[in-house]
Amino acid sequence: MTRALINVPPKAKRGEIIAIRTLISHVMESGFRHTNTGAPIPRDIVTSFVCTYNGEEIFTAELHPAIAANPFITFHTVATESGTFEFKWTGDNGFSATASAAITVE
Amino acid sequence: MSQYPYRRATRRDILKAAGALAAGCGTATVLMVPAADATPAAMQAAIRKVIGEAPVRQGKVTLDIPPLVENGNTVACSVSVESPMTPNDYVKAIHIFNEKNPQPNVISMHLGPRAGRARVSTRIRLADTQSVVAIAELSDGSFWSATTNVVITLGACLEDN
Repeated sequence: MTRALINVPPKAKRGEIIAIRTLISHVMESGFRHTNTGAPIPRDIVTSFVCTYNGEEIFTAELHPAIAANPFITFHTVATESGTFEFKWTGDNGFSATASAAITVE
Repeated sequence: MSQYPYRRATRRDILKAAGALAAGCGTATVLMVPAADATPAAMQAAIRKVIGEAPVRQGKVTLDIPPLVENGNTVACSVSVESPMTPNDYVKAIHIFNEKNPQPNVISMHLGPRAGRARVSTRIRLADTQSVVAIAELSDGSFWSATTNVVITLGACLEDN
């Protein structure tokens, strides 16, 4: 089962710069490893990450096999209005996961 | 003893396991060769593919990676760019590249003026002692970069499983 951990401050002042930390559980199999018998292990990674704030895209990332297992990404944004952050990860083999977090801006 | 179906690892077991691991990594090195590792030239090619022909200048970017890393499987890495992050002057994207992993690309992150602060961090894999490059694309179309050398004690061993 996919687990996503999101860290967004629940409250912020208008105009404050807030840090957003995200982590998704995923093996990020690089596709460059082999089993004991020499058979290649197929690639299975998260390839893209998108964060939207009240529907507007504020951060996107393209991931490659050189990202460690359980991709951890942090970034910042300006708290402009109360609302929700939506996070979406997509990857190989039809992988898709979403998470969301609410923020109250005063 | 039936309570403990496993026996404690003896010194001999540990030495054996260490030997096997070393042998495994040795095989890995041999097997890695046909996988065509990224080279500094391949990294330059990958950088050109992502950012085009624009000149890249040194500066403005700070790439924070510990200089000595024990385990290449997870290396904390953060990039910050000097920028006022206003609607007219902001960081559009931050790309990270490496020299010696099987592939030169690591991650491309796209920000906007709403980011407020051009600072991102993630965790990356590094297969070997090498230099890592971070390139920032600014809204005025200029590119700035920073390079850091990282010494890896135990690389992201491609064959461990």
